[in-house]
Amino acid sequence: MSGLALEPGSTTSALRARLRDGWLIFAASPAALVGLVIILLLVLTGLLAPFIAPYDPYAQSLPDQLKPPSATHWFGTDEFGRDILSRIIYGARVTVGIVLLVVIIAAPIGLAIGCAAGYIGGRVDSVLMRLTDIALAFPRLVLALAFVASLGPGLDHAILAIALTGWPPYARLARAEALTLRNSDYIAAVRLLGASPARIVLLHVLPLCLPSLLVRATLDMAGIILIAAGLGFLGLGAQPPTAEWGAMLSAGRDYLLTAWWVATIPGLAIFVVSMGFNLMGDGLRDVLDPRQTA
Amino acid sequence: MAVTTAQAGRGLRIVGREAGMLLATFLGLLLITFVIGRVMPVDPVIAVTGPDISDETYARVKAEMGLDAPLPLQFVRYVAAVIQLDFGTSIMTRNTVAQDIARVFPATLELATAGVLIGILIGVPLGILAAVFRGTAIDGTIRFITLIGYSAPVFWKGLMLLLVFYALLGWAEGPGRTSVFQEGVVQPVTGLLLVDAAMAGEWDAFHDALAHLVLPAISLGYGAAAYIGRMTRSFMLDQLGQEYVTTARVKGVPEWRVVLFHVLPNCAVQLVTAIALTYGLLLEGAVLTETVFAWPGLGQYMTRAMFNADMNAVLGGTFVIGVVFVALNLLSDALYRALDPRAR
Amino acid sequence: MTPLVEVTNLRIRFASRRGVTEALRGATFSMGREKLGIVGESGSGKSLTGRALLGLVPAPGEVTADRLAFDGIDLLRATPAIRRGLRGRRIGLIMQDPKYALNPVKAVGGQIAEAASLHGASRATAWRLTLEMLAAVQIRDPERVARAFPHQLSGGMAQRIMIAMMLIAEPDLLIADEPTSALDVTVQREVLALIEGLIRSRGMGLILISHDLRLVARHCDRVVVMYAGRVMETLPAADLQQAQHPYTRGLLNCLPAIARPPGPLPTLARDPAWLGLE
Repeated sequence: MSGLALEPGSTTSALRARLRDGWLIFAASPAALVGLVIILLLVLTGLLAPFIAPYDPYAQSLPDQLKPPSATHWFGTDEFGRDILSRIIYGARVTVGIVLLVVIIAAPIGLAIGCAAGYIGGRVDSVLMRLTDIALAFPRLVLALAFVASLGPGLDHAILAIALTGWPPYARLARAEALTLRNSDYIAAVRLLGASPARIVLLHVLPLCLPSLLVRATLDMAGIILIAAGLGFLGLGAQPPTAEWGAMLSAGRDYLLTAWWVATIPGLAIFVVSMGFNLMGDGLRDVLDPRQTA
Repeated sequence: MAVTTAQAGRGLRIVGREAGMLLATFLGLLLITFVIGRVMPVDPVIAVTGPDISDETYARVKAEMGLDAPLPLQFVRYVAAVIQLDFGTSIMTRNTVAQDIARVFPATLELATAGVLIGILIGVPLGILAAVFRGTAIDGTIRFITLIGYSAPVFWKGLMLLLVFYALLGWAEGPGRTSVFQEGVVQPVTGLLLVDAAMAGEWDAFHDALAHLVLPAISLGYGAAAYIGRMTRSFMLDQLGQEYVTTARVKGVPEWRVVLFHVLPNCAVQLVTAIALTYGLLLEGAVLTETVFAWPGLGQYMTRAMFNADMNAVLGGTFVIGVVFVALNLLSDALYRALDPRAR
Repeated sequence: MTPLVEVTNLRIRFASRRGVTEALRGATFSMGREKLGIVGESGSGKSLTGRALLGLVPAPGEVTADRLAFDGIDLLRATPAIRRGLRGRRIGLIMQDPKYALNPVKAVGGQIAEAASLHGASRATAWRLTLEMLAAVQIRDPERVARAFPHQLSGGMAQRIMIAMMLIAEPDLLIADEPTSALDVTVQREVLALIEGLIRSRGMGLILISHDLRLVARHCDRVVVMYAGRVMETLPAADLQQAQHPYTRGLLNCLPAIARPPGPLPTLARDPAWLGLE
C-alpha cells in the first residue's frame, strides 16, 4: 500500500492519513468529482455574486423584455427585462443560504433527540423513537406547504418549515451511533474518569456520528433544494423581486411557448445543483459507509 | 393451521401495539395540522368579521367559532370533528371541505397511480439490468438516467415535457384533464376518468383523457422510475452476492432464470415496500404537477386554497394526504410481513 | 482409464485497483473415482480450486492452467454451454453454510426438484426423485420436509437437503467445500458418514476441502496439502504421519493429542521458501 505509515506518530498524522485515504477513494469516482466541482461552483458563485454578475439582478428594462439568449445576455432576459444570468447567479446565494440554514437547524435537533434516545435508553428511547417514526411517516413537502401557508409566504418561513420537517433522519443516525457506543469499553472508561453524560455525548458520541451525518446531510441537501424550489414555484418561498430559482421558473411558465428560456434555465440550475449534491453524497457514502451498496 | 393460546396472545399484543402506533401517528398528524392552523399570524376572528367591529361582537364571534375555549379542549373538538369527517367549510367554494376533497381526490389518485405504474414498468427492469451488468456501460447509462430522474424537479420536467411534446411536436394534449369538447361527457362513477370512460364505452373520451394524462403521468413516473430503479438495483446487488445464487448456478440453472426466478423473488418483499413508499411520494409530487398541468385534483385545490387563505381547505387536504401517506407506510410494513416467509 | 480430474499448473489471479493478487500459483494434482482431500488454511486457495473446476470463479478472477480437465473434457477450451451442462449433471458442490446456500423464499422440495428437472426429468418424475433422495439422506417424513422453508430446518437437515439437491442428478464428482464447518460436532460425523456412504454406493469421486487435517485424513483416500496457492505435498491419507514436507509436519505438530505431554502447542514456523520461490 502506498505510503501508509505503519505507526502513526500522533492523532493528527493518523487523521491526515485517514483523510488522504478517504480522498483517494472519493477521487477515484469521476461521478463524485463532478458532484464536488458542481457544489464548489455553486458556493463560489454564491459568494462572488456581486463580482461576477454582469447586470443588477433587479434592474428592470422594459424595452429588453423577453430577449432570447445572445452575446449581451447569455441566458436572455425575463418578462421585466432583467438579465437571467445575473438572476441565476444571485439565486445561487439564495440556494446556498436555504440549504445551509435548513441543515443547521434540522441536524442539531435531530442529533440531540437521537443521542438522548440512544444514550439514555429505556423509556426515553422508546418514546423518542416512536416520535421519530411518527414524524418520518408524515409527508414532508405537504406539511411544509401547510406550514408556510399558515405563517405566510416568505423565505424565512419556508426555511423554518423545511427544517422542522427534516430532523427525523438525523435522529435515527445519531441514535444508532449512540446505541453502539453506549456499551463500549471506551465509553465505560471515560465514565469511570468521572465524565458527565452531557460531556460524554458531546465530546465522544457526537464526533463519531459525523461521517454518517455528513453523508446524510449532503444527500438531504439534494432533496431540500427540490422542496425549496417547489415552495418557490408555488409562490410560497422567496417573494418577488428576490431572485430564487423556483420562483423564476414559476414566472416563466406564462411565457413557456414564446420565451422558453425564462422557465427552462432556472429549472436547469435546480437540476444541476441537486444532481451535484446527489453525486457528492454517493461519493461520500462510498468513502465513509462502504458497506452499503449504492 | 392450529394456533396455540400463546401464539394468539402474542399475535394480539402485536396487533395491539401496531394499532396503538397507528392511533398515535394519526393523533400526531392531527396535532400538527391543528398547530399549523393556530400559528396563523392573521387573527381568525378578524378574518371572518373584518377589522372594524366592537369588542362585544368580537367576543361573540370568537365564542361562536369556539376559539374562547382552552387550547386542549379546542384540540379535542377538532379531533372529534375530523373523526366525523368534518373539516369545516371552504371559504372558496362554500361547500364543506369534505365534499370538495371527495370531488377532487380521485383525479390526484388517477395521476399518482398512472405515475407509479410507469415507475414500476420502467424502473424494475432497468434496475435488474443495471445490477446484472454492474460496472459496465449499461449500468452507467442506467444510473445516469435515474440520476436525472430524481435530481430534476418534477414541475420542471412537466414544463419541459409540455414544451417539447405538446407545443413543439403536438404528440400529446396540453394542460387540463379533458379537452373542452369532452367536458362532462363521461359520468363520474369511480372518479377515475379512464376507468369511467372505458366502462361507459366512450372511446373518444377515453382517448382524450389518455392524451391529457400522458404528460403529467410521465412527469411523475420518471421520478418514480428513477427511485424504484435505484432501489431495485440495490436490492438485486445485495442478493446477487448471496450463496444461494452460487447454488443455483452450480445446479446448472441458466443465468436469466437465476436472475428472474431465484434472485428477484428475494427482492420482492423489499421492492413492494419501496413501491408503497414511492406512491406516497408521488402524491406529494402530484401537488406540484397539478399546478403545471392545471390538473383538477387535490393539489390544485390546495394551492388555490392557499392563495385564498382558506385554511380549512388547506388543512383538510394536508390531513388527507397525511393519512394516505401514513396508511401507505403501514401497508408496506404489513406487506413486508405477509410476503416474507421468514417473518410469518 | 482417464482420470476424473486433471489439474496441471492452475493459476488464478485477481486484478483490482490495488494491484494483482495471485490466489492460486500453479496447483497440480489429479484424481480418479476416489476420495481426495484438499487441506489448507484460509487463503491457501483450496476453495478456488473447486470453483475453478465448476467454472464459477468470481469476477475479476482470471483462470489459466496447462491443463484443467474433467473426465477428459478440456475445461479451458470448452464453451460456456458445455461447462453449464457439466454443472449439476456431472459435478456437484456443497458449501459451508447450508442456511445461506438455500433459497430463503422457496420450499426446499422445489429446490431439489429443480435440479432434477433441469436435466430432463418431468415434473412428476422430479418430485418422485426428490422424495427418494430425501429418504436417501435419511430425512424422516420427506413429504413434510419437502414443503418446509430453509429457515425452518436445522443446520444438519439443511446440509442433507443440499446433499440431496446435488446428488439427485447423479453426478460423477462431488466437491464438498467445508461441508461441516458450520455444524455441531455430533452432526458433523453423521453428515460426513452420509456423504461417504452415498459416494461409495454411487461410485462417485469426492473432493473434500477443509482446514481440518484430521477430518480429511479420516474420510479421504489421498490428501493434497496446500499453502499460499501452491501444493506443498500430495500423499495417501494412511501415510499422513510420515509426511515429508515441513509444512505438513508443522500442521501435524499443531494438533492437540491426548498422548502428548502437557504444555503449549508448537506454532507453525513459516518458511518463506514455501511461497514458491524455488
